[in-house]
Parts: sequence; C-alpha cells; structure tokens
Amino acid sequence: MRTEDLIKALDADARSKEMPLASAWWVAFGAAAVVAAAAFFMTIGPRPDIMPAMHTMRFLSKFVFTLALAASAFALIRVLSTPGASAARASAWMVVAPLLVGVAVVLELFAVPSAEWGRRLVGSNWYICLTFIPLIGIGPLAVFLAALRHGAPTRPVLAGAVAGLLSGGLAATFYAAHCFDDSPLFVATWYTIAVAILAMLGAVGGRLFVRW
Amino acid sequence: MTGKDEAELSRLLRAAIAGDERAYADFLHRTAALVRGFVRRKIVQGGVDPEDVVQETLLAIHVKRHTWREDAPVLPWVYAIARFKLIDAFRRRGRRIEIEIDEIAETFAEPEVETVSERDINRALDGLPPAQRSVVSAISVDGRSIGETAAKLGVSETAVRVSLHRGLAAIAKRFGRQ
Repeated sequence: MRTEDLIKALDADARSKEMPLASAWWVAFGAAAVVAAAAFFMTIGPRPDIMPAMHTMRFLSKFVFTLALAASAFALIRVLSTPGASAARASAWMVVAPLLVGVAVVLELFAVPSAEWGRRLVGSNWYICLTFIPLIGIGPLAVFLAALRHGAPTRPVLAGAVAGLLSGGLAATFYAAHCFDDSPLFVATWYTIAVAILAMLGAVGGRLFVRW
Repeated sequence: MTGKDEAELSRLLRAAIAGDERAYADFLHRTAALVRGFVRRKIVQGGVDPEDVVQETLLAIHVKRHTWREDAPVLPWVYAIARFKLIDAFRRRGRRIEIEIDEIAETFAEPEVETVSERDINRALDGLPPAQRSVVSAISVDGRSIGETAAKLGVSETAVRVSLHRGLAAIAKRFGRQ
C-alpha cells in the first residue's frame, strides 16, 4: 500500500471520535476511586474511633502524605501519556510526598524517646498494611493501565510504574482511615513498601499491556 | 519554517478534529512529508524501510489523535510519535540504534518524495477479517469513497465506516510494541 493510499483511508475515517485524553483521565480517576472505596468498605472499613482520631495530627498527616502522592502521580501520568509533553515539572512535584514524610519522620524522632522508636516503627498490624494497600490498589491500577492504553505513553514501563504510584496513593488514602498505626515511622516504612509493590506491578503491567 | 509549519499544522489538525475532512487530508500529507524527512535522516544503514515507519507513524497519529491537546504545539507531538515508532521498528528487527532524544529534528525537516517498496502494512492488511479488509482496500488502494464502497459491497455507509475504523485500529494495533 502506498502512503498516499493509506492517507485516503485515514481521511475517510476522519469523523471517528475518541474521548479526549484529558477527560479520559478524570473518568479513570473517578472510576478508580469508586473501585477503591468499594474494596475498602467491603473488607476492612474505617477504624471505629475515627471521629476522635480526626483531632490528632499524626492521623491527619497520613492523609496529607497519601493525597500528595496521589495528586503528584496523577499530574505526572497525564503528562507521560501524552507524546511530546515535557515531564520535567510534573516529575519535580513527585518529591513532595517523600519530602513531607521525611520531615514528619524527623519531627517524630525528636518528639518520641528513642526507646519508643522500634515499637512505633513495627506498629501493631504491618502485615495488614502490606496486604490491604496492594489489595485495595489493584483494581485502580487496572483502571489506570486501561487509561494508559487509551493514551500514547512513549515510555510505557515508566508510565506503568507511575500508574502504580497513583493507585498506591489512592489505596493508601483509604487504608489510612482503617490503620491504627499513625506514627510517621510506621507510615514511612510499611506504606512505602506497599506502594512500591504496586509500582512494580504497574511497571510490569505497562511493559505487558500498554502497547500502541 | 518551523514556526510556520507549527502554526499551519495545528490549525489543520484542529479543523480536522472539528470535522473538516479536507483539512485532515492536508494535515496528513504535510505530516507524512515531515516524518519522511525525519525518518530518512535517522535510518543511516539498511534493515528498516523508512516508508514503513512513515506509515506506522501516520496510523499511530490517526488512532491517537485524541491525545493531542488543542492548546499544545503539534510538532513535538508528531515527532515524539515518529521517534517512538522508529525505535519500535528497529527493535522489531532486532537492531540497535542510537537516537539523540533531545535532538530538535524539526529544524532540519524537509519534505521528501516517497519511495515504493514492500510494506509491512500490506501484511497487516492481509491479516484483517475479510469484511474489514475489503473495505480498507477499496477505500485506500482503489480510492473509492465511503458511498461507492457501500454500494459495491451492498452494505450501509455506517457499516462501511465501522469496518474502516475497526480495520485501521486493528492494523495500528498489530504495529504495537511486540
């Protein structure tokens, strides 16, 4: 087939319409939030003392970390799925969540006697954290990988990993409402590992499923 | 020339997305010429047919045109897709190529005349289901309109449009990263 002939066929298909990528990402985010909420409320649900917990800094700080991760990953993945868009600024924003956690860890180390550090880090239910963040996040990850297929990421593995971070941020936001371990030492350790699991799954998913 | 290309191409693609078929044909012709120049400069030794990469890029641009933001420049978008498809073509043929990712290709872009050779796209076309294949080849190779194709095949124009769209999407998918 000559290129000229191909252009005739493409031109004849000019009227076909797909959802603009920018809108598709918001639809995907909404769907992923619903999926994560369903998984969360059907399994572990929020902790019973959530109302009094709302008045403690440590409990609230968890949501600052997880929402910062979700927001920055959402901005970055939208750029990564658009060919030719510069990822420099969105990539720079990815340091915000780790930075906030880092600052909180330092503050915690000052606030709590060193004899307490180990107990706070290990917490009371790290295995639940490592189970349920990936479990709540796997549905959203599938949604985000589907959105990546709708887009055109020129670095599919990286984009898949960011999809994992985004679903991790979302899942961790829900999980934080269940978790009794509010210490930044616990969050910096176990939440990070749980989110990294999703990021690795996302990278593999990007490699396998995001082809165009 | 780059500034002029940019303004003209983005105007054409915006018009095309709004439903102007003539603008779309114009956009595709100009884009094909730019991509052909880019690809020919990048392929210094044999093994990959530049025109194959041009066609794969045009198909990708077509099926992914919803990823272009109308307020963003169009040339970086076009070249990013062309570069992706070029790297992909080398990968598929088991070769390595050095590509300067930051090189600003558009500065050197000159329209070039196409050559004829064996095309990957023919193999992809052969792999389509019969209904899609006859629609795609009637419109492309035989140069028929949607209406003529519908009359010839004895189906509705809507059915022709659907087969065409699915056929093109399937061909584009076959070129996806293996």
